[in-house]
Amino acid sequence: MDKKTAVYICTGCGIGDALNIEQLKEEGTADFGIDVIKDHPFLCGQEGVDLIKQDIEGEGVNTVVIAACSHRVNYDAFNFGRDVIVQRVNLREQVAWSQAPKEEDTQMLAQDNLKMGCSQAKDTDWVQPYKAEEPYSKDILVVGGGLAGMTAALEAAKAGYRAVIVEKEDKLGGFLGRMKSTVTLPYKALSETGAAQLIQKVEDEPKIKVYTSASVEKVSGGPGLFSVDIKANGNSATERIGAIVQATGWVPYDANKLGHLGYGKFKDVVTNVEMEEMAAAGKITRPSDGGDVKNVLFIQCAGSRDPEHLPYCSSVCCMVSMKQATYVKEQNPEAVNYILYKDVRTVGQSEDFYRKAQNDGNVFIRGAATQLGEAGGKLFVEADDELLGEKIKIEDLDMVVLAVGMVPASRPETTPRIKAPADAAGADENGMIEVAPDSGFFANSALHLAYRQGPELPTLKYGFPDSHFICFPYETRRTGIYTAGCLRRPMETAKAIEDAVGAAMKAIQCTEATAEGKAVHPRAGDMTFPEFNMQRCTQCKRCTEECPFGAINEDEKGNPLPNPTRCRRCGVCMGACPERIISFKNYSVGMIGNMIKSVHVPEEDEEKPRVICLICENDALPALDMAGIKRMKWSPYIRFVPMRCLGSMNLVWIADSLSRGIDGILLFGCRHGDDYQCHFVKGSELANTRLGKVSETLDRLALESDRVRFEEVGITDYHRIPGIIEEFMKKIEEVGPNPYKGW
Amino acid sequence: MADVQTTSQAILVVGGGMSGITAALEAAEAGYDVVLVERNPYLGGRVTQLYQYFPKLCPPNCGLEINFRRMRQNPKVRFFTMAEVASISGREGDYDVTVKMAPRYVNEKCTCCGKCAEACEAEIDNPFNYGMDKIKAAYLPHEFAFPMRYILDPSIVGTDQGKKCLDACEYGAIDPDMKETTFDLKVGAIVWAAGWNPYDAAKIDYYGFGEYKNVITNVMMERMAAPNGPTGGRILRPSDKKEPKNIAFIQCAGSRDENHLPYCSGICCLASLKQTTYVRERKPDCDIAIFFIDIRALDRLEDFYVKVQADPKVAFIKSKIANITEDEGTGNLILEGENTRTGEQILMNFDMVVLATGMVPNRIELDAAPDVTHDEYGFFTNNPEQPGIYGAGCVRTPTDVASSVQDATAGALKAIQSIARR
Repeated sequence: MDKKTAVYICTGCGIGDALNIEQLKEEGTADFGIDVIKDHPFLCGQEGVDLIKQDIEGEGVNTVVIAACSHRVNYDAFNFGRDVIVQRVNLREQVAWSQAPKEEDTQMLAQDNLKMGCSQAKDTDWVQPYKAEEPYSKDILVVGGGLAGMTAALEAAKAGYRAVIVEKEDKLGGFLGRMKSTVTLPYKALSETGAAQLIQKVEDEPKIKVYTSASVEKVSGGPGLFSVDIKANGNSATERIGAIVQATGWVPYDANKLGHLGYGKFKDVVTNVEMEEMAAAGKITRPSDGGDVKNVLFIQCAGSRDPEHLPYCSSVCCMVSMKQATYVKEQNPEAVNYILYKDVRTVGQSEDFYRKAQNDGNVFIRGAATQLGEAGGKLFVEADDELLGEKIKIEDLDMVVLAVGMVPASRPETTPRIKAPADAAGADENGMIEVAPDSGFFANSALHLAYRQGPELPTLKYGFPDSHFICFPYETRRTGIYTAGCLRRPMETAKAIEDAVGAAMKAIQCTEATAEGKAVHPRAGDMTFPEFNMQRCTQCKRCTEECPFGAINEDEKGNPLPNPTRCRRCGVCMGACPERIISFKNYSVGMIGNMIKSVHVPEEDEEKPRVICLICENDALPALDMAGIKRMKWSPYIRFVPMRCLGSMNLVWIADSLSRGIDGILLFGCRHGDDYQCHFVKGSELANTRLGKVSETLDRLALESDRVRFEEVGITDYHRIPGIIEEFMKKIEEVGPNPYKGW
Repeated sequence: MADVQTTSQAILVVGGGMSGITAALEAAEAGYDVVLVERNPYLGGRVTQLYQYFPKLCPPNCGLEINFRRMRQNPKVRFFTMAEVASISGREGDYDVTVKMAPRYVNEKCTCCGKCAEACEAEIDNPFNYGMDKIKAAYLPHEFAFPMRYILDPSIVGTDQGKKCLDACEYGAIDPDMKETTFDLKVGAIVWAAGWNPYDAAKIDYYGFGEYKNVITNVMMERMAAPNGPTGGRILRPSDKKEPKNIAFIQCAGSRDENHLPYCSGICCLASLKQTTYVRERKPDCDIAIFFIDIRALDRLEDFYVKVQADPKVAFIKSKIANITEDEGTGNLILEGENTRTGEQILMNFDMVVLATGMVPNRIELDAAPDVTHDEYGFFTNNPEQPGIYGAGCVRTPTDVASSVQDATAGALKAIQSIARR
């Protein structure tokens, strides 16, 4: 489609008072073939918007540059449908509200902003969503047939979607099926597990297909297009799948490592899992002699909240022990239960069950076991009672129950070693390397993803493949694959049900969005996708290695094989590519390069330095808006270029800027490190790493390294922005003008 | 507002906090029409007033910004601020809902230029900062407000001050004649995500909140730590604006107490642990004492507890404080109670006290409401026998942000099922 571009400059909100609008119209738009150039005192008002609409309808304008306020406001007023490209240029927060009015420097800033906008509009193409040739599947694969897995499948079915469950055991149920009772909302008494009914519902549901004694052998493709090889009872099957829920559950912490608590030494010391199974089977008796049980002591946090074992809290064990104490009392009302604890953690309404357990006469002792022994066929436990402040000895115990914690099924016993990549440090003589917890290899086999970046979901600390984000608990680093239940975090049954429903929602949503060519979180709805100009690819593999979502596979020669439905549109691949072959329709290396080139670089004797700031549009850019709204002031010599993610920053922009005489480069990105805030996992970190390599460029140009700087700017750091800029401008003044000006 | 109509294929989400926003967006991104109503003049709810989230100590606005962007680009979600549900009738798949909108006195022409606030001389207690400072009576609720639009406090409408705002606005955005309006919706399912209120600390009379200036609540502490808060991010005691040398956090202030809230509010332990880091960041030598019954840091949040325990100037004292009195001369607070670990009587003096007050759910209380169930504490019960209206987030159970978002995502699917089943 031929472009017909119009520029509209709003003169309201102080813009008209700060700038020479006629001069801006002339000098800010030259060289871009703009067809219509108008200004209006209240562009977002009905009259202003109508003015634009008239030109769209009457003049055939199809590309609109709005030079006014921030793109974060009036987005609805300036939306003219998908056929009209809208480019926003900030003259308000970044110019009129933060710069001295009617100054030459302010005018030049506005002109550069407008020129960058016109340049960007020129290079923006209409978006055509990705559409695969094969038909899309909207079926949900659920790996794991326990409470979370069965719930996810049933809930998806209730919304009209087909589901496939793959369960490794010969029957559904998981740990729920091995329990006697549960404690759940409203936490007043024990409840039936409902396992049998739930299994029945799943088996009766025509939209659910169940494979038992089964495993997933291989997952290839991407959302909407997954091909899943399943082995069940020795037979093989392949399913076309839209999205995946992994609910492979947990295993109890290995009590054999708890010898200090008598496990393995005394038969009557059992784990809470063994206790549950005994209760479910019928009667709780002493394992040593099958005798009746009267006095039971529960040791809480057995191996949990312990840096030597599981440093985290398994959340459910307090309630489980109270539940099992209830079993003991139900069996023998005269029985006495002692519960030795660190903190009782019954949150929310489950406090009611704690109150009940206390009212039932169970003895809660805050303290730690110091010794466990046997005397006269009965066990005794010595403990420091914190509340009495003295050592106590509890004797005549029939049983001791160790409340062991939950280990995610994804955590392997040992840290795996894999074949090291060619340039990896720390490989042994066989070329093998121990992999980090978030490597994607660090997990027990469940999915067997045929992905360049590893066969399983990346995990967080302690092996949980959970989201790193508080606001987005279903954020996943493998698009279209969501986790649910105790696999991702120790949780009680009520939470596991909620979690499974939520995961089913995300899986369904992913299939729907994918079928329309739309991205999922965080750029939900984005219909652009990266296109690779393969003729110029040098097989350097940077894109396949750096993609935070494992979207790009590789052929044997090292050519990238993109999977657009796995792509999250961050542009990290585009930033990584030294050959600049990766582009989006509305975001490319060439486009940003042209924007930077459109910035006027004054001669050295004018003493007007120029700094380009590549700024993350998710956090730092809104912060800059805030600084403007607060009417903070900063240098008029800086030009802001928004980035989808700072990880899409390509070093060529820095090299080109510096060789044109730009005096300095600032990068504003999100916090990285353990508590990273980058919405694309490691975008800002990658940008920072790439910056380390910029020294080569600087050396080649014989320029000072002080000219380029990375700054972490969070969304609430607006009050810091003027200071950061001022300090950087001082540094630029110190190192002096870039000698390449005028070349 | 006769133009607001929806088919019964739409979902109504009540409450525009983290849970409501999530439920609305998750359903909309799966292709469903959603109407979101929020009582405040802005979306975001309680989390907008938090300085940081535990355990990452990251700013809530970061996630909100992403959510607002999702909302900006998704035509499937329509939202109304200053709007409350007045009545609900009907059943699953076919609800008639009346929504009441309070007047904002500022219309959609507002460009946020700020001229009305410049012209206005009247001030009101700043609701965003729990009344700890003043704000002009023509105001933007906060810098990150979404939608970004000013509001006039009703107290100046029809007065000289209101006239000054009207005259100052160049865009005809001030509308003193705005009245309360109502409009009707037809929807197929409802997600109730109306959130929570902090427990009224004044009801715990032995702690002197409201009487002793230097006794504040945990939500007030959040505002104090925020750079856009009443003190510009400085932690100062209210009586004399001095930096406290020592601070006490009292856990379970009203929670786990049959005279107040019998349940555990789930988040207060972590909130106080987090707030110790606010104090530490600003004052390396400030002594902190946390008076607690149990520290409830579930799952990997335990790591955060361990981190705070490593701070040598944070003392954990197992005690339920029985009484607070104020030293009138200094404004200091004298805490009395029993150290249940040592059995000793506590008589300790602090410059400032933070009450870790709990969560009270906003239940459905309408003149006309269909059958819904609440538990004895007012928490919404998702009853499978009563499908169509689903609770999400803290209306169901007191919980943290991540769990609320999980629950709200689940709520979106339940609502979709109510429509899909038809």
